[in-house]
Amino acid sequence: MTAALDALQAAWQNPRGRTGALVLLIIAIAALVGPWLLPDPLAQPDVLGASRPPDLGHPFGTDQLSRDVLARVVTGARISLGVALLAVALSISLGAAVGIVSGYWGGAIDTLLMRIVDGALAIPRLFILLLVLAVWERVPVLALVLLIGATGWLASSRLVRGEVLRIREEGYVRAAEALGARRRRIIFRHLLPNSLGPLLVAATLGVGDVILLEAGLSFLGLGIQPPTPSWGGMILDSRDVMVSAPWTGVFPGLAIVVTVLSANLFGDALRDAVDPRSA
Amino acid sequence: MLRRFLQAAITLAIALALLFLVMRAAPGDPLFRLSAERPISQQEIAVLRARYGLDQPVGSQLLAFVSGALTGDLGVSIEHGRPVTALLAERLPATVLLGGSVLLLNFTIGLWLGVRQAVRHGQREDRWLTTLSLTGYAMPSFWLGLVLAWLIGVEWRLLPAAGMQDPLLEQDAGFLVRAGDVLRHLVLPVVTLSTVSIAATMRYQRTAMMEVLHLPYVVTARAKGLSEREVTWRHAWRNALFPIITIFGLWLPILVSGSVFVEAVFAWPGLGSLAANAVGSRDYPLLMGASLLVAILVVAGGVITDVAYAWLDPRVRYG
Amino acid sequence: MTRVLEVDNLRVSFPGADRTRFFPVDGVSFSLQRGQTLALVGESGCGKSLTSLALLQLIPPPGRIEDGSRIRLGDTDVLALQGEALRRIRGRRIGMIFQDPMTSLNPVFTVEAQISEGILAHFKISRSEARQRALQLLQEVGIPDPAERLKAYPHQLSGGMRQRVMIAIALSAEPEILVADEPTTALDVTVQAQILEVLDELRSRRGMAVLLITHDLGIVAGRADRVAVMYAGQIVEEAPTQRLFDNPSHPYTQGLFASVPRITGPLQRLNPIRGSVPAPAAWPSGCRFRPRCPKAFDRSEVEPPLISVGPDHRMRCWLAEEPNTRQLAADERR
Repeated sequence: MTAALDALQAAWQNPRGRTGALVLLIIAIAALVGPWLLPDPLAQPDVLGASRPPDLGHPFGTDQLSRDVLARVVTGARISLGVALLAVALSISLGAAVGIVSGYWGGAIDTLLMRIVDGALAIPRLFILLLVLAVWERVPVLALVLLIGATGWLASSRLVRGEVLRIREEGYVRAAEALGARRRRIIFRHLLPNSLGPLLVAATLGVGDVILLEAGLSFLGLGIQPPTPSWGGMILDSRDVMVSAPWTGVFPGLAIVVTVLSANLFGDALRDAVDPRSA
Repeated sequence: MLRRFLQAAITLAIALALLFLVMRAAPGDPLFRLSAERPISQQEIAVLRARYGLDQPVGSQLLAFVSGALTGDLGVSIEHGRPVTALLAERLPATVLLGGSVLLLNFTIGLWLGVRQAVRHGQREDRWLTTLSLTGYAMPSFWLGLVLAWLIGVEWRLLPAAGMQDPLLEQDAGFLVRAGDVLRHLVLPVVTLSTVSIAATMRYQRTAMMEVLHLPYVVTARAKGLSEREVTWRHAWRNALFPIITIFGLWLPILVSGSVFVEAVFAWPGLGSLAANAVGSRDYPLLMGASLLVAILVVAGGVITDVAYAWLDPRVRYG
Repeated sequence: MTRVLEVDNLRVSFPGADRTRFFPVDGVSFSLQRGQTLALVGESGCGKSLTSLALLQLIPPPGRIEDGSRIRLGDTDVLALQGEALRRIRGRRIGMIFQDPMTSLNPVFTVEAQISEGILAHFKISRSEARQRALQLLQEVGIPDPAERLKAYPHQLSGGMRQRVMIAIALSAEPEILVADEPTTALDVTVQAQILEVLDELRSRRGMAVLLITHDLGIVAGRADRVAVMYAGQIVEEAPTQRLFDNPSHPYTQGLFASVPRITGPLQRLNPIRGSVPAPAAWPSGCRFRPRCPKAFDRSEVEPPLISVGPDHRMRCWLAEEPNTRQLAADERR
């Protein structure tokens, strides 16, 4: 536990890590507060105001349906961050559970689980999601979160398994076992807390990956469904007007870049703190 | 080696079973789109269900699926009305060209930059390169593609932004002219896909190189009086290449997923745009066939990686 | 006697917490005469390995050699060299052997490649000539069946064989000085003796000066001409070997002797030095041995310089200025 806290603190001391964390914080606050201050992202005030370039009234311009692009980008942040955080929380928990079972119980269970993970890793996550989502007419957001989360635990299960295999050889775990400590105690007192650092790194970097993945699915028309604004969906909408109204696509894209970059800068700083070899 | 091939076969079999499971577990009927778009009678549905084997029990469906995969019969595309295998074979070369070019850039410029970063690690250049490559990694490939197509393709008219060949090219144009034309069309998709993928290569190379650089044999090499270039590239890099080879297997899925978006944006006639279109038209057999092909490529990539590793490392080669 | 190497006030620093720097090597001075063997003795963490790396500017970053340090190799100012000029003295003027032959050889190159490249880095000769020399070197360091061994990869050789290959590499450009950093520590006891024998033989045959870095007083006797004892980044006592063994004067040196088990003579209790070596980031103030010293007294709170205790015998302890020290030292040993 303290190791993970130390890592957070060290990442905060790192200038680039701190920049990432601060920018993420600003985006999160904007996503929470913004929608109250900005125009309704769904409102289509008038046809004459459509596809206006950025000006004081609409800093990011308006789209083909005269909707305010800034308001849609900010509301999109809410969706993107919300989906990413929930999905990552799910995949990290699944990964930790499978990793601990596999690493701690070992034997046939371990072999079986890792074989399945190997097989599943052979099919890129995107393709599994495409296959499932392609037959779904309107994907509910919750289902999207569950699906993205359920397809993202493979790598972290390997990670946790590796950590567990390493930790269980340590003297203090051996000692606890020799003293007859119960499995549950060993898992929750030793294995889990000591795997938290690498998990935290995987989670932070996972947030960036999921934001990109969700945007990609929405760009293919399979993720967040209109009229709910999403960054990927907005870029999809801008595809045909990229030449005449580039701002409708450039700004949501920049929002993705800034958010993912911030998450990765922070994740990178965390990794340096957890694994000094890579610093 | 035999063991490795057996293992690969098992992995592929599990991937196959998972694909089937996904297909069966997915809510909804693969045929619903057809019925949604035009009126369709119950009879027609029954015929279609029979054609795609959806009326069979699960067990025999699985059997049909596996035997189809083994014999290369992946069914018939709903959208194109042609065998999926033929469609995939037709589109594979364009994707290999695109993916190969990206791979080449990654494994030249990416590795070179990663080594530079490790040698100068902690210095300003290293930090800048990290931030720059992470920025590339944070870009959605479809967005970067659209922006480049807009700016370079349309605004500045520097390079073609769609397709693989100029449709206006004369029929009797020579091979060199045609090759040059394809190359011009290749630039933007390759730059896009490389920009979003090079960070991973650089990062792995940097880490691997840093671990090697402080090993005693690097000090030995320097103490012998070798030049810094020899120390870095001959002694350190040769050893830092092994971890890079092993990531090749991890790297392939990223490349394939990225090509779905990039090919779609640039209308590159490869597997990626085929898959993207299959998504749009809900062409389930085609999508399934593409996923299967990707799984085979990924598993084969893993095997090639291991063989290359064994060949390059004398500790493995001579046991 | 000609001085082939002279080190003066060598200081090596590394960055510590909060932008400060600490000094694992802190003002080391010694010199080496032609054909002489100097042993640099100390526990791990005393700075002896860094001292040897500094001789060829091999300190790994972010460590650095501080301004004011001087290293003269004949009439070459080593610390003024860089780039090509620096490369040309590495291996050519000073050859180096490292502690662990397992990791000091590159696993992906053959023995031949690793010896030849050292030769080719300094002499304009053909590849096949370099191969011939490599073959001779392997013979010289006592490797049986050398032609076969040239083709081998490091992992195919035993630890002792690898260390012989390391010695061959160090000799490949015929240096006038050989630096051996704990050359036998990682080896089995029987192999240790063989390697030391090879080194002794080469030294007398080639007339090289040797800087032998070790924590093991046992291999110093009968091998080194002079001994310098290091503690906490400094030399604390220096004398000709026999004089130092007969009359160890610094309390730390005495402690080292007291903690070596004796095979001959009456059975004695081992007296390990109490406490442990301080971390380089926290050298104690005053005399650095003071917190562990059984003889510390009021003057120890001021850092002592190297003070003469006898002819050609100096130590870094204020006791050297106390009148009855020599008598005390003699009593100790009885």
